[in-house]
Order: sequence, then C-alpha cells, then structure tokens
Amino acid sequence: MSMLHTVNKSPFESNGLRSCLAHASKGDTVLLIEDGVYAALKGTAVSGDLWRCRIDVKFCVLGADLAARGLDKGRLIDGIRVVDYGGFVDLVTEHGRTQAWL
Amino acid sequence: MKLSILINEGPYTHQAADTAYQFTKAALDKGHEVFRVFFYNDGVYNGSRLTVPPQDDRNIQKNWSELAAKHKLDLVVCIAAAQRRGILDEGEVKRHGKGEGAANVAPGFRISGLGQLIEMGIQSDRLVIFGD
Repeated sequence: MSMLHTVNKSPFESNGLRSCLAHASKGDTVLLIEDGVYAALKGTAVSGDLWRCRIDVKFCVLGADLAARGLDKGRLIDGIRVVDYGGFVDLVTEHGRTQAWL
Repeated sequence: MKLSILINEGPYTHQAADTAYQFTKAALDKGHEVFRVFFYNDGVYNGSRLTVPPQDDRNIQKNWSELAAKHKLDLVVCIAAAQRRGILDEGEVKRHGKGEGAANVAPGFRISGLGQLIEMGIQSDRLVIFGD
C-alpha cells in the first residue's frame, strides 16, 4: 500500500527528511510542508545527497508555504511538483495511508 | 472519503495548527467528510475560548469554531491533556470546584477521552496528523 509522507521540518534543523527517505518505499510520495519546503531548493548543502538516492519516490511541495517564505518556484529542484491545499488533500486520498514525520 | 485529523500542537506555536485548519477546510471544500478533529497534548489550547489574538492576526480558535458550526464538525479535546493545561467545560469546573464561569472550552469543541481518537482511526479512511 502506497504511503504519503509529510515532512514539516527544515533539513538544516532536523533529521526528519533523512529518516523519511530511509523508510520510504517505491510508489510513495514525500510532501514537503511548513519549514520542510527548504529541502526543495536547488544548490543547498542537502539538495545533492538527499535526493539523488530516491529517484523512485515522488516529491511534492506545498506552494503556500513556499510563498510564505518568499521562495520562488524557479529555485526548486527539477521534478518537484508544487501543490496547493486541495492538492494536499488529493495526495492523502490517492495514497493508502499518511505518515507525518514530526 | 472519510478523513480524520489529529492536532498535537498549540496555536501560534509553529505552524501545525494553521496547516491543519487549511487542510481541513480544503478537504471539506472538495466534498470529503471530516469524521472528527482530535486535539491532543498542547493541541488542546486551540480550544480555549479565552484566546484574544491581535485584531490584524488570524483567530485560530474562532476559525475552528466557525468551521465546526458551518460543517457540523466534531472537534474533540483530550480530557487528560485539557485538565493538565486548564481547559475545562462546565462539568469539569463543577467536579474540581473551580468556581462559576471558569469553563473555557470554546464553542463547537467538546472534551472527551482518547477512545475518540482510537474510534476515529478505525472509522476513517485516512488519519492525517499535524504537530511539531
């Protein structure tokens, strides 16, 4: 059963995303919300090693939380999909269960 | 689809209470059923009617109360977490002798036990957790 993982902490502050990526399975989606959106940026200290290993997992980011932090969509790592709150709801219903990495 | 929401963080702390509200609203707008919203640990502070945020700020408690009234939502505050933090309804005020008018659970919220959390996990298609 596929799983939606939500990550709400910056990768510069917590190991949540790292733990999430170690546990996520093929077919899962990782949704970055709140301070978690900082992980979606290109060219940071974590953007290389964190993402390269998980090409079999889809990544999404909550657009409202990007905007709230003044982060432009042009700064996102290629392939990350921006969703709104309605898209967040769709991701929850499309996956069998939701795991929050708090 | 039938969804339930668990909130473990108080209002105006980080962002979980806001995200949970926006998510719940979006789910209702899309026509999903929200079976219950459960407030646990510091999340119980979302259900205090005594919060008075500045006028130009969002009023998280009022937002929940209004959403509950509009959609007949079941907002449940964990009793053990609430008593520790001073969130009481009329019954609990009487039981603990806290004096008339001390009840502060906000409109649309009710105080109940962890059984409600277990039940919503069983009854709902999805359980979504917001916290810190």
